[in-house]
Amino acid sequence: MVSKHTPAPAGPRDAAGAARVPGQAGGGRRRTGPSKHPQPPNSVLRALLRALPVGPSVVLMLLFLAGPIAYCVWIAFTDLQLSGQAESSFVGLENFRTAFGDEGFINAVWLTLVFTILSSIVGQNTLGLALASLMQRASKTVRTVTGAIVITAWVVPEVVAGFLLYAFFRREGTLNSVLDWLHLPSQNWLYTLPILAVSFANIWRGTAFSMLVYSAALSEIPKEITEAAEVDGAGGWRKLWHVTLPMIRRSIATNLMLNTLQTLSVFGLIWAMTRGGPGDRSQTLPLFMYEQAFKNNLLGYGTAVALLLLLVGALFSLVYMRMLRTEV
Amino acid sequence: MLATALTAVLAATALSACGDSGSDPDTIRIQFKKSTDAKNKIFDREIEAVKKEFEEKFPGKKVELIPVQVPDEQYYTKVQQMLRSPKTAPDLVYEDTFLINSDIAAGLLTPLDDYLKDWKDWGQYVDTAKTAAQGQDGKTYGVPDGTDTRGLWYNKELFAEAGLPVDWQPKTWDDVLDAARTIKRELPDVIPLNVYTGKPAGEAASMQGFEMLLYGTGADPLYDPKSKKWVAGSQGFTDALDFVHTVYNDGLGPDPQDALDPNVGTKVGTEWLPEGKLAIDLDGSWMSNNWLETGPTPWPEWTEVLGQAAMPTQNGEAPGRVSMSGGWAWSIPAKANNPELAFEFMKVAQSRKNNTRLTIANGQIAVREDVAADPDYQAYVPGVEFFTGLVEDTHYRPALPVYPQVSTAIQEAMEQVTTGDASAEDAAKGYDEQLDSITDGEVVEK
Repeated sequence: MVSKHTPAPAGPRDAAGAARVPGQAGGGRRRTGPSKHPQPPNSVLRALLRALPVGPSVVLMLLFLAGPIAYCVWIAFTDLQLSGQAESSFVGLENFRTAFGDEGFINAVWLTLVFTILSSIVGQNTLGLALASLMQRASKTVRTVTGAIVITAWVVPEVVAGFLLYAFFRREGTLNSVLDWLHLPSQNWLYTLPILAVSFANIWRGTAFSMLVYSAALSEIPKEITEAAEVDGAGGWRKLWHVTLPMIRRSIATNLMLNTLQTLSVFGLIWAMTRGGPGDRSQTLPLFMYEQAFKNNLLGYGTAVALLLLLVGALFSLVYMRMLRTEV
Repeated sequence: MLATALTAVLAATALSACGDSGSDPDTIRIQFKKSTDAKNKIFDREIEAVKKEFEEKFPGKKVELIPVQVPDEQYYTKVQQMLRSPKTAPDLVYEDTFLINSDIAAGLLTPLDDYLKDWKDWGQYVDTAKTAAQGQDGKTYGVPDGTDTRGLWYNKELFAEAGLPVDWQPKTWDDVLDAARTIKRELPDVIPLNVYTGKPAGEAASMQGFEMLLYGTGADPLYDPKSKKWVAGSQGFTDALDFVHTVYNDGLGPDPQDALDPNVGTKVGTEWLPEGKLAIDLDGSWMSNNWLETGPTPWPEWTEVLGQAAMPTQNGEAPGRVSMSGGWAWSIPAKANNPELAFEFMKVAQSRKNNTRLTIANGQIAVREDVAADPDYQAYVPGVEFFTGLVEDTHYRPALPVYPQVSTAIQEAMEQVTTGDASAEDAAKGYDEQLDSITDGEVVEK
């Protein structure tokens, strides 16, 4: 289950990593070398010899990274099933056509967007920034304790976190006990507002990462600039809006991109809390994909959905990349 | 580069090694699922004993055991992959009857009819069990080694308090609902009746819940083997949904929120039944595993407190009761190298003595009459006699390749009537539409 599930969401990161590692750094150096001392016949040979040590890793990379991804893409265009079929055949865009005519798929796309925007962009990101800036000013003890708590939530394995939050939100759970004690109406959150409950769970779990990214970014803002702003009479909000945020713009974009990709692929958390239910009211794309591929045995269709999920991730990434490029 | 070459060479040698042992006429390769619980060696021990017995009986022949220690879903995938090539296909494979039809449809298994004809023990198998691994072509592709059955568990103490007969056997669906209504009236704090429902409960909702009702409405209510088509628009289907609707909308079942909790199955076994919170539970023969001294909720008193009754047919139609079954079976892959010898091994493994031991070791229900009559078997767990009696009238699911999708569609229809979002008629209509698209219109109106 897990092994089949991870490759797709990991795709963009792997591809980026693969593109970075093999030759670019070395290639740059090589090009400057020969231009100073022109040695035509030898240089080709030498370049080849120099590339030789990188060879095995390139082959391995193609075999273990690009190979499975290419295989996934191929499967998405076939009617491959997990069982009950002697051989699969190429069906072209059939799986994608099915997806766009499938109510379950459309529902999953919406829920995925709600889940991602709510928990990653709004929740983890904002809360992480808030925590980080509060901690800049806090005493060392407060910083250590808060940091420890937030990071613990991050370190807990996904499925364990899912169970903890299931216990928190369920009808006899902690949240309702607290609400009862405050004489507020309680309800079964996992039943009435499942997508909100799992979004909260993802915020709870993932905020630590944003906090760490922003702490690092904030600590790199030169003191003189904030002090100058203060001297010019800027209040807290104006300082944040006109000084701090523009200065950490790159960190925001990086953080948003990583958070979004991570959130798009969340599976274990939702699976442990609601199984995508009740009905399909918290069935995001990864859970929908799992249901098609491993419960209904439709591997081809499930993989097509995974590719579409990859596409959603790529779209988000494009938006963030644009943010990264624009300089202040 | 060197590393790659080395890997390739190693892979090649490994493959050829497999091929060699596969083509050896004196060796048979037996594949089975090893428990993922490292402490659980019961099945391994039994199969080792069978291997020893076989090698003594056939001097010069060798058995190579291939235990696969992975979770269930991965085992299915692994089996599928191995069966596809003569290099990797074992000579005998142990598979869930739930998946066997998919492998038959894919042409991965050998029909056993010619072998079974000359095997006198086959007569000992209960007729329903003989259909456990039957293909659409009517041929038999597997020999079941045990099964499970389903029925009603009820709390005698609660029944006595509510003034219901302690020796209970309902004759119709209405009898079940009447008893639940009495419980609700007399003991308002108790959940009267649990029927698994909805997608969170998964296959438990389809099998323990819906199909236990549906198969009480007439013959072949889900799939018609004669026309080889799935059944749409049947009155029985709507009636079964209506039963679920009644249970949840008349407050006779658990609160829908609890029924649709993904962990409801655990709750039933470890909280609701042992704590006397639930009066009647439509569930499987294995429930008492929860209450063993070594189980999750030790409850030695269960033998006194709980009674079992067969699930009745809708209006008491013959044979008067319903059960659904699963279980595992031995099959010979189409690409096996030594099919004849493999069948000999199967005969040793399924001899009366060994089958009794295996059935007990696996905590299953016997499918052979001589095993069912064995005093060791009858004594191994209380209630086993009752659940063994159900084998005669049990049903196996039409586990064809599209069954998992049909099952999901059933769970969705159940969920709609459980939450009250749809009437039984509307939910049934929704199922018919889904069935049509799942099976590409291969449906028959009944």
